[in-house]
Amino acid sequence: MSLDIAIRHDLGDFRVNASFGVDEPGITALFGPSGAGKSTIIAAMAGLITPDSGHVRIDGETLFDSSDGTSIPAERRQIGYVFQESRLFPHMDVRRNLTFGARRAGGRSAAIGFDPLVELLGIGHLLQRKPVNLSGGERQRVALGRAVLAAPRLLLLDEPLAALDQARRQEIMSMLEQLRDVARIPMVYVSHALDEVTRLADHMVVLDHGTVAASDTVYAITSRIDLFPLTGRFEAGSVLPGQILEHDANHHLSAVGISGGRLWVPRIDRPEGAQVRIRVRARDVMLATAPPADISANNIVAGTISAIRRDDGAYLDVRVACGSDHLIARITHRSLARLGLSEGQPVHAVIKSVTVERDGGHGSGHTPMRNQMRVPR
Amino acid sequence: MTDAEIEALLLSLRIALVAVAGALPFAVAVAWLLARTRFPGRVLLDGLVHLPLVLPPVVMGYLLLVSLGTNAPVGGWLLETFGIRLVFSWTGAALAAAIISFPFQVRAIRLAMEAIDPGLDAAARTLGAGPLDRFFSITLPLALPGIIAGAITAFAASLGEFGAIITFVSNIPGETRTLPLAIYTAIQSPGGEAAAARLAGLAIALALAGLILSEAAARRVRSLSGS
Repeated sequence: MSLDIAIRHDLGDFRVNASFGVDEPGITALFGPSGAGKSTIIAAMAGLITPDSGHVRIDGETLFDSSDGTSIPAERRQIGYVFQESRLFPHMDVRRNLTFGARRAGGRSAAIGFDPLVELLGIGHLLQRKPVNLSGGERQRVALGRAVLAAPRLLLLDEPLAALDQARRQEIMSMLEQLRDVARIPMVYVSHALDEVTRLADHMVVLDHGTVAASDTVYAITSRIDLFPLTGRFEAGSVLPGQILEHDANHHLSAVGISGGRLWVPRIDRPEGAQVRIRVRARDVMLATAPPADISANNIVAGTISAIRRDDGAYLDVRVACGSDHLIARITHRSLARLGLSEGQPVHAVIKSVTVERDGGHGSGHTPMRNQMRVPR
Repeated sequence: MTDAEIEALLLSLRIALVAVAGALPFAVAVAWLLARTRFPGRVLLDGLVHLPLVLPPVVMGYLLLVSLGTNAPVGGWLLETFGIRLVFSWTGAALAAAIISFPFQVRAIRLAMEAIDPGLDAAARTLGAGPLDRFFSITLPLALPGIIAGAITAFAASLGEFGAIITFVSNIPGETRTLPLAIYTAIQSPGGEAAAARLAGLAIALALAGLILSEAAARRVRSLSGS
């Protein structure tokens, strides 16, 4: 799947002027705070609004181009859309909602059949119900199923989890991962929640005040400390690809190899060699100039300081190159001065906590999983 | 009840039914235009639709007479081309009732359509539904409570119409003498008080039945549409 998007749209006091391209399948996240222009961009992609100028091309096909007047109506774009507020048809039961798009797909069959999809989404017992009798999480699952069954070539998701509690969010994220792997539907996922994006997305487009601040892989974006003001102070951290090297049955641990070393994490129920994605938050990384001895932390990775981002306030961000990847450490100005840290200096990163986000490969056939855990000290 | 009274009742029901059923498609179309579209002349259309509500019914009947009478341009053309004569016939009475009750239908349907979340229409678009498809699968079913409410109100208004009917199609027994006209005639004739009372009682019973029916229908539709 390829996306080639350029949207310029004036909304009075707010202007969107964003262009980006994506050449890989999987999930692309449009990430940014509320009012960054995310929803305007996907509404234009779907054809629900007509931007002032720009173009929308998917797999080389032009759906909109202001320069030659091309504008295919939304109902013929074959782009699925999951809205934040689900927008189920209140006068139809769940089954008729689900099949609404399928009945209008003109013979195209969805990437996944009705029965397997209903099972995957866990909505089999709801088929006769009216939307008014569904919970928020159930509604979003039905909305997701309805969009998928319309056999879209691209699925747009506009903050589909924003109105849900934490447990429901986890549940639906896991379903999205399965859809990505089983049905292989390319998705554009709009969110302002970094944990959703680092878990689900392959590619990340960071939006700021209507413009694209960065567009790259999740790994590359999360290693850029210059984007930290946009990617969130508290949750910010780097996302790294890893591979399970071995399991330590006695201590219930698994070793995950990253390019700069290995990390021990609570046992991951996956075979050795499996690809995983891990996230290390900046506030969970300490720095030491000498290899620390007699310390409870299991995970110490050697690296070189590649960048320092000074900031107002007590904290600053230090990027440490470890092999081909980067870790970010959030330390105080005081620590920086005390240790005399500077760019190019070798350091040891002490990692207090690692989040295993998911399996790292596509269509690996494994049930995606998520273990959020504190690493034993 | 006398045969003439039963005749007036049946005639009233027939005229009101034809008036409402005939005007319904137009009312739905106009309501949709007013609720969901923006076009030049929209305000004019809105005003035109509501005109019968503010105009004296006698004036409405007079306007119909001068435009649809057999000597008037449109009326003459209708008579020559199709052999249709509206004046002094029950179809003319139905037309007058339809025009008078039209604003009630449009108002109720329009309110129902404006209450539909426009987001549902957008959702249907992304699922491949074109404009006509969306109208019949989303807008119309969701506006059904309003359509029913509008139809019942218009039916009641048609049953009660007096001024426009008597001005346009006169007061002909068995042809245009509806319930209100029959009551009027009874009151005018010596010794007609008893007949007038019976007919008035009938009108009250009809109105109550209409109210109960409307409430039952609205309840049924609400449970069907899940709102």
